[in-house]
Amino acid sequence: MDTKEVNSVDTPLIISDGCCVHFGSAPALESVDFSINKGKKVAVVGPNGGGKSTLFNALAGLIPLTEGSLTIDGKSPDEARGTVSYVPQKDLINWNFPLSVKQVVEMGITSRKLFNVFNRKKINQKINKALQDVGLYEKVNDNIKSLSGGQLQRVLIARALAQDSEILLLDEAFSAVDIGAEEDIMQLIDSINLDGKTILIATHDVNNLEEKFDEVLCLNKHCCAYGDPSEVLTPQVIEEMYGSHTELFMNKSHFKKEENNSSD
Amino acid sequence: MIELILDPFRYDFMIRSLITAFASGAMLSILGPFAINRNMGFMADAMAHATLPIIAVGVFLGFSISELGVPAAILIAIFLGIIIKNTNVGEDTAIGIIFSSFFALGFVLISLLNVTINLEDLLFGQILAVSTSDVYIVVSLLTIVFLVVIIYFKQLLFYSFDPIGAEVKGLNTTFLNYLFLILLSIAIVGSLQTVGIILVLSMLIIPAAAAKLVTDTFVNSIKVSVLFGVISSITGLYLSYFLNLPSGPSMSLVATSIFVLAFLSNKIRKKGSLATVTIS
Repeated sequence: MDTKEVNSVDTPLIISDGCCVHFGSAPALESVDFSINKGKKVAVVGPNGGGKSTLFNALAGLIPLTEGSLTIDGKSPDEARGTVSYVPQKDLINWNFPLSVKQVVEMGITSRKLFNVFNRKKINQKINKALQDVGLYEKVNDNIKSLSGGQLQRVLIARALAQDSEILLLDEAFSAVDIGAEEDIMQLIDSINLDGKTILIATHDVNNLEEKFDEVLCLNKHCCAYGDPSEVLTPQVIEEMYGSHTELFMNKSHFKKEENNSSD
Repeated sequence: MIELILDPFRYDFMIRSLITAFASGAMLSILGPFAINRNMGFMADAMAHATLPIIAVGVFLGFSISELGVPAAILIAIFLGIIIKNTNVGEDTAIGIIFSSFFALGFVLISLLNVTINLEDLLFGQILAVSTSDVYIVVSLLTIVFLVVIIYFKQLLFYSFDPIGAEVKGLNTTFLNYLFLILLSIAIVGSLQTVGIILVLSMLIIPAAAAKLVTDTFVNSIKVSVLFGVISSITGLYLSYFLNLPSGPSMSLVATSIFVLAFLSNKIRKKGSLATVTIS
């Protein structure tokens, strides 16, 4: 039995029951239903404006639901604050600030209490551990402006690890990083996932999801499909999400299998 | 040389002015690095201009500009914060509307209420006119700004760097937003007598911009910004004393000179490091 099987318990951790979010009269999410078990690694895919970031914002307690319910370990997102770490899209962060890697990771330990309960030694230990986990320990005192896109993403993941929360939300984690950096981030996410964390990643890349993720949540304002990527990513679901651009995903292995089956 | 430096201390009004210049220079440049990295220059300018109607009514009721400082700052910060959050015309547009309409309202009120204010002093500062109570108020405001920034430094930095991350982490981002706006407003209103409505922006952003060019970390940029801010205000005051120049514009020009030097030093440093890389 591998570590993953031990950690991935079939206990629903995140349950969305008819979750709706509206901005004014415009629907961003309509009646979204899914249930994510603890320790799963889930890809959230869909077109731009399909509701991926809206769902993450709702899970993080940043926006209220219009209808339905969304629970994290039985609690509302507001009550569950602290159990969720959020790595937002990179362009939502103010990179003007000349901060060190250490300062950014320490934000994961910053609380609303003015005087931290941890002493300086414990804080440093937590920061160093998080940076070792993401392979950036030697960059602890470097300015974030000197880092590559992939390294910046890993610093934000280290910040989330320092927070020590159960659930990790990564919005567009692979945008503006090269293929090598994407591979590094994916390996890092795999190792974090092996430690039992539940991870949701919003991504535009629907290729090879079955190799990288346990489950996929397909969104286009509503839930088009949810489940094992090799089972749910059918041409119909892709078309429901991306309209007439299905041919772009036709090189997918299970699409080919499906085509072969139909020709048999 | 020492005699020259000590010469202004023969006069009480110059001692009061030097203390006020120090306090204003330090107060504005503590907040400057936050303001420039958050691109809040326009907002700060609007805050300064929005003080005019409050000053008009306050002076009409018998208060001095310094006495109006804290309540005016809180009023302006909360009002600007609410308007920006609740309008959907865009932040820049909302600030622009408040900026111009409040400034216009100020002039109309000064005329309607027949308030005796020297507009040139208000726009460009008149530090030589500060009273002893003004000095106490400005030094108190510097103490408040300094202590609040020290106490809330990590929260303010987190919120300024990544507001969404800070909110998810459970920080009270609405409070932090208004706290910073109030601090900024306090520093601006508290410095109006030193540099005036028009030039207060220069003392907020120029020392911070110069510091950003010669430092590598945010904390160091605050320390150097304060140093540049204090040097600018004190040197500007000395120049105005010895050369009979207006004090506010002198301080502003000293700050600009420091910025030019920092800019050139940054360019030379970058060229030097490029040459080293090419040789190696």
